Amino acid sequence: MYKYTIKRILLMFPTLLGAAVLVFFMLRLIPGDVCELRMAGTGMYVDKEAIATCQQNLGINAPIYVQFIDFITGFFTLDLGNSMWTGKPILHEIGLRFELSLQVAIMATLTATIIAIPLGTISAIKQDTWTDYIVRTFSIAGIAMPSFWLGILIILGLLIMTQKFFGNPWMPPIHYTPIWEDPVANLSQLIWPAVATGYRYSAVATRMTRSALLEVLREDYVRTARAKGLLEKLIINRHALKNSLLPVATIIGLEFAFLMGGLVVTEQVFNLNGLGKLFVESVTNHDYTMTQSLVMLVAVVFILTNLFIDILYAWLDPRIRYS
Amino acid sequence: MRNTRMKTLFVLAAVFALALWSSAPAEAAPKKGGTLKFVVGSKIPSYDGHIESTFGMIHPIRPFYSLLIRVNPDNPASPTDFVCDVCEGGIPQPTEGHTKYTFKIRGDITFHSGQKLTSADVKATYDKIISPPKGIESNRKAFFSMVKSVTAPDPKTLVFKLKYPTGAFVPALALPYNFIYSKADLDKHGYKWHQKNVNGTGAFRFVQHQPGAFVEGKRYDKYHHKGKPHLDGYRAISAPKMAIRLQAIRGDRAAIEFRGFPPKARDDLKKALGDKLTVQESDWNCNLMVTPNHKRKPFDDARVRRALTLAIDRWAGSKYLSRIAIVKTVGGVVFPKHPLAATKEELVKIAGYWPDINKSRAEAKRLLKEAGYPNGFEFTLHNRGVDQPYKVVGTWVIDQWRKIGLKVKQWVQPSGPFYATLRKKKNFDVSIDFNCQSVINPLVDVSKFISDDRAGNQYGQYQDRQLDKWFEEMNREPDVKKQRAIMRKYEKRALDEMAHQFVTLWWYKINPHRSYVKGWKIAPSHYLNQHLDNVWIDK
Repeated sequence: MYKYTIKRILLMFPTLLGAAVLVFFMLRLIPGDVCELRMAGTGMYVDKEAIATCQQNLGINAPIYVQFIDFITGFFTLDLGNSMWTGKPILHEIGLRFELSLQVAIMATLTATIIAIPLGTISAIKQDTWTDYIVRTFSIAGIAMPSFWLGILIILGLLIMTQKFFGNPWMPPIHYTPIWEDPVANLSQLIWPAVATGYRYSAVATRMTRSALLEVLREDYVRTARAKGLLEKLIINRHALKNSLLPVATIIGLEFAFLMGGLVVTEQVFNLNGLGKLFVESVTNHDYTMTQSLVMLVAVVFILTNLFIDILYAWLDPRIRYS
Repeated sequence: MRNTRMKTLFVLAAVFALALWSSAPAEAAPKKGGTLKFVVGSKIPSYDGHIESTFGMIHPIRPFYSLLIRVNPDNPASPTDFVCDVCEGGIPQPTEGHTKYTFKIRGDITFHSGQKLTSADVKATYDKIISPPKGIESNRKAFFSMVKSVTAPDPKTLVFKLKYPTGAFVPALALPYNFIYSKADLDKHGYKWHQKNVNGTGAFRFVQHQPGAFVEGKRYDKYHHKGKPHLDGYRAISAPKMAIRLQAIRGDRAAIEFRGFPPKARDDLKKALGDKLTVQESDWNCNLMVTPNHKRKPFDDARVRRALTLAIDRWAGSKYLSRIAIVKTVGGVVFPKHPLAATKEELVKIAGYWPDINKSRAEAKRLLKEAGYPNGFEFTLHNRGVDQPYKVVGTWVIDQWRKIGLKVKQWVQPSGPFYATLRKKKNFDVSIDFNCQSVINPLVDVSKFISDDRAGNQYGQYQDRQLDKWFEEMNREPDVKKQRAIMRKYEKRALDEMAHQFVTLWWYKINPHRSYVKGWKIAPSHYLNQHLDNVWIDK
């Protein structure tokens, strides 16, 4: 197991290098640069000398191989440099957003898990009954409905309903307050994106739980347990559910990793200053250093999440042993 | 008897007049306190006004700084009304043949760091803007190309000497980017310090900036405009999505957004909030232009370019587009409310502004036929991937051109690639371009029409030495009447005779805000009147 874990960690390096090469060169294929946008993006007079000085100061004019070596060296020594847009350290900029994105990811995962596992289980147990149909309709609606659209509906719904019932329209706060500073303000902002994202996320997990549990319920050992006269509740909880959670854990893990940097549109809808919004801004601003760092961060999160899921497999299913 | 009747009538009239006077809404006295929350739709690059150009920096950062002179906060709608900020008295009259301006600097101003402001600080600021050391960006150097020297003979006097007399100098001083920095900061910390640090003499002190989230400022008690600011502080919240900015005002998470909303958004907010919402509207010192690529056939032919502008019905477009987009005003090369702008009588003589659109389009068809395109031709309109007003106006002009037999496709690019195509690659047939300025300074603003080897922002790739000559003449002419006469010739040649590139419509600024926000007056630019020292909250 240890050998396997170490091997997986070592494999991270070529994977990350591949990601680094891809993001570095693909970013530079996009026409335009950060200096043009900063200094000439408003239709005013353009001072070409000022733009050239800016490009010089940011190293945009340096040979491409020098820029690449700087980037790779910086990444592997954890010195990500400064954002080309704000001039502030990238680690500081990411750190500011990481907390919010992590909290939303955790809250959405909890929402999804709390909804998905019971509903998926009930749906499997009550297969082809009205309960099953209702759960399946609910989960298909979750998959079909983009979370950003649900987000817009939530905000509009809150504005309209509060105005109707209390006289004044209310919407969630539009800037982040850490949970330890003001839990009410924090939760009143983040509960809505967590619900909007968690619903779609739960829909996928519900369907996966249902189909995995249905498969397990047809296994010989479940039939044996039933033949021995064990209570159905015990069969489900002790023998079937745990084994059916393997694919569900994979889905939940991958979705969690996705949420850390992929809530691009939902963060815009709720004005969350998270990593997804930073991602969009850095791409539109041609902030190469920031975009590269964010892609690498997401790659690291995905790799570590996958490793964690693999280790979790061994715990969930004692038959699985890595060597 | 008659006398008594007269007396009675007189008394009644007096009582009626008194009643009218007392029922007239009196301007309420500003209230102290409160925090203004406003939303900003763009992002802050650095804090250095001398480098940046986005309103995303101006709105949150400008209240920390003062300027030498500024647009009159009580009359920001006027394009020619400037008042002193760190100087005292009025704007000085030029001497020595309109080439010397002597400003008296106030002696009661201190930076937020506690250091006293003198003329040496203002000189150091303008030295940085006009002649920065190597390796230091200054984005508005060209606005001060007329300046020969800046001197500070004593702590209360600042002298600008100009190479030639020009009407473009005073408006350039009022640019909202000309933040006054401390000489001590520049000497001690260097010329890049202000990119990440704030130390000004503005109405508010810097408290914190959470990148991507908000900027917070609190009242500066030693502010030099006595009795101001009225607010305890402000919070500028970053909200890139327009829907969020609108909902924030509706849900009272923010009281105002200073850039502007489209008409539909104004109407929706008004419907939802009623008298809790106040709407201020103004002409806007931005216009959308159409720029044909002179290096591509058939746009190298003035007849074809004239046909393009003749096909556009600006008067009807203003009427209909102003219902859905942030454009409205019909104008020529100069901001329509400025004394140098063409009057309607002058405008209707320019191609593309004729009142009879049928006559105009008939002439466009005749010109196309004469140029060898009796059945029209196909081309691509390059446009920016932003709805308001780019895509709306782009779609409209395509339809206008269809009416003279032209088949046009729209090629929309996101901002970065759009600029790269327009400014570097220049591989477009015809492109939408824009001219968006802060302080209205027509003598500089119309530089967009001069030859591309002289203008920094002309992308049609043409040279016109006649326009260059008139541009220079206008800029060196102190007499406004003569400036105006040259401007008319310049405008006629640029928009009509040569039709190098042409204005579609000028933008229209709509600022709906919570009615409890008082004291802020709309200006013809979203960069102006953003010091917030006159804003107060009536809650």
